[in-house]
Amino acid sequence: MISRLLSAVGYATRGTLVNLGYAARSFVTVLRASGAVLRRPRLVTDQIHFIGNYSLVIIAVSGLFVGFVLGLQGYYTLNKYGSEQALGLLVALSLTRELGPVVTALLFAGRAGTSLTAEIGLMKAGEQLAAMEMMAVDPVRRVVVPRFWAGVIAMPLLAAIFSALGVFGGYIVGVQLIGVDEGAFWSQMQAGVDVWQDIANGVIKSVVFGFAVTFVAVFQGYEASPTPEGVARATTRTVVIASLGVLGLDFLLTALMFH
Amino acid sequence: MSNLVEIRDLHFRYDARPILSGLRMDFERGKVIAVMGGSGSGKTTILRLIGGQLLPQAGSVDVDGQTVNKLDARGMYALRRRMGMLFQHGALFTDLTVFENVAFPLREHTSLPEELIRSLVLMKLQAVGLRNAASLKPAEISGGMARRVALARAVALDPELIMYDEPFAGLDPISMGVTANLIRRLNDALGSTSILVSHDVNESFAIADYVYFLSQGAVVAAGTPREMMASSDPYVKQFVHAEADGPVPFHYPGKSLADDLGLGARA
Amino acid sequence: MQQKSIDLWVGLFVLLGAAALLFLALKVGNMSSLSFQKTYPVTATFDNIGGLKPRAPVKSAGVVVGRVGDIRFDDKTFQALVTLDLDSEYKFPKDSSAKILTSGLLGEQYLGLDAGGDTRNLGSGDKITMTQSAIVLENLIGQFLYSKAAEGREGNN
Repeated sequence: MISRLLSAVGYATRGTLVNLGYAARSFVTVLRASGAVLRRPRLVTDQIHFIGNYSLVIIAVSGLFVGFVLGLQGYYTLNKYGSEQALGLLVALSLTRELGPVVTALLFAGRAGTSLTAEIGLMKAGEQLAAMEMMAVDPVRRVVVPRFWAGVIAMPLLAAIFSALGVFGGYIVGVQLIGVDEGAFWSQMQAGVDVWQDIANGVIKSVVFGFAVTFVAVFQGYEASPTPEGVARATTRTVVIASLGVLGLDFLLTALMFH
Repeated sequence: MSNLVEIRDLHFRYDARPILSGLRMDFERGKVIAVMGGSGSGKTTILRLIGGQLLPQAGSVDVDGQTVNKLDARGMYALRRRMGMLFQHGALFTDLTVFENVAFPLREHTSLPEELIRSLVLMKLQAVGLRNAASLKPAEISGGMARRVALARAVALDPELIMYDEPFAGLDPISMGVTANLIRRLNDALGSTSILVSHDVNESFAIADYVYFLSQGAVVAAGTPREMMASSDPYVKQFVHAEADGPVPFHYPGKSLADDLGLGARA
Repeated sequence: MQQKSIDLWVGLFVLLGAAALLFLALKVGNMSSLSFQKTYPVTATFDNIGGLKPRAPVKSAGVVVGRVGDIRFDDKTFQALVTLDLDSEYKFPKDSSAKILTSGLLGEQYLGLDAGGDTRNLGSGDKITMTQSAIVLENLIGQFLYSKAAEGREGNN
């Protein structure tokens, strides 16, 4: 009984390690095939349109509303200690350091990640990738690599838009609706938010998340089983793995950057 | 007349299952050769081996003197540019229009100016009768039309070898006739060699110069369509005359009915 | 053609993202840390730097005049060796003093510079001789308890 349990665990571990190694190798393959993108930048810009522009609305609205909530909750809490002047600082730091990159990455995984996975998976199921191969076109270069770089480029831009609109949302609620002093709101924020420590680190985070989420999405799509259930499973895996990956990487990066 | 494709002593296994064993086939230049057999006899696998999508465990596949399974990546891509393949359901790129689908191989492999590409694409579409559907998306045309667009795309670069994977599957009789006609005419017009994998006897026999019959991964019969119609080989006869039972059994192998119903078990 | 409109939207998207980044950097962030002004290094030794961190502000009369650069431990004098990067446009007399102060009651620690009266100014690599260490809470409490105990003894005698 015990030996069977142990062998099952060992088997599963080995399987996971093999999968991990294969994924790492695939990541390197995608990076090495990226030179093709420089010759056909059109492919990347087309994908930025599908991935970035179409995510704009959800990211912008979410950013705004997160800003509203931060403004509200922040005020209630700070008011207890008489520090409501620091509301601008609270909202800005929360957004630029954490909420901007992380929430954007999670929303991105759900919206753009799943559509990438489904698109590539369905292309595989419809033999489109095999057809490309037979036409002497490398499907990795033509399909996977442009989508990968489009995601990497779009993510930090989306995170910046999220944070900026969040700050604006906090301003609307805090200053306009509740009545926190406008001067204090901005000056405390500007005094406390460091361009390199907070904003640049947030941008670095969103770039790392861009690499992680987009790669998971295209990898799951490319490796999906070419059936309807296979594609469905792959999209689920994209959301789960990408989200957990983002949260895990966030912890790692935060520990490295802010100490 | 030399052979464009030669298969010698080919063995292919998928995991533990043997698919092809000791296969030997010749495909003459300029001819239309049909490869027929029941489902699971390994017909589609042969196409994938010729195209280099699969590698055999033993044996060789030679295309125009080059051994496909020994080619490096660059050699493979150079060879594939001389081949065209029609996949079973067309495999058109669903995000592109009909025009862009046919233009795809031209844009990827040549640096011809756009006006010239446009003319070439329209001519290919004209050959398959779909020039006026150029701006439609694959979702907006019927299955038979999609198959024809895929045909136009397969011959976009005027390939020397064209392979068809079940081109008649799921088509209505009119579309079937049109497709068969196109396969023959294009082959003759381009001077190419066509390999046709199908289990449609009528259409294939109408256009093929030579037929191979496959069963369980080996060639069981070969000859011209007329020879096949007159053959007395039980497998060929069952196939050609669509008989329900013969060398390919009707019943899935296993226990006999008597055993299953519990009769004759105890004496 | 469809292609041009896609390019337009992508361009707009990138512009929007860049604008957001600019807004964050300029309006939200601390502008002075962006300035790449020339600085000159000056050193100072302290018995205890408390919670002073690199890049903490150096203020004189409440205005930020530089940033803390390197913080090292000198294992010969067993003191903390702090390098200050002062903005080149501000000059301080050679006998200026440096104090480690706290902003607010429990805020971040920064370095305060009080100008002296010397006619000669600090140059690159010079050392500030008069320094006051940070006030460490535990030492303060210890001092308080000790002085209270001393009072009690005196009162009893």
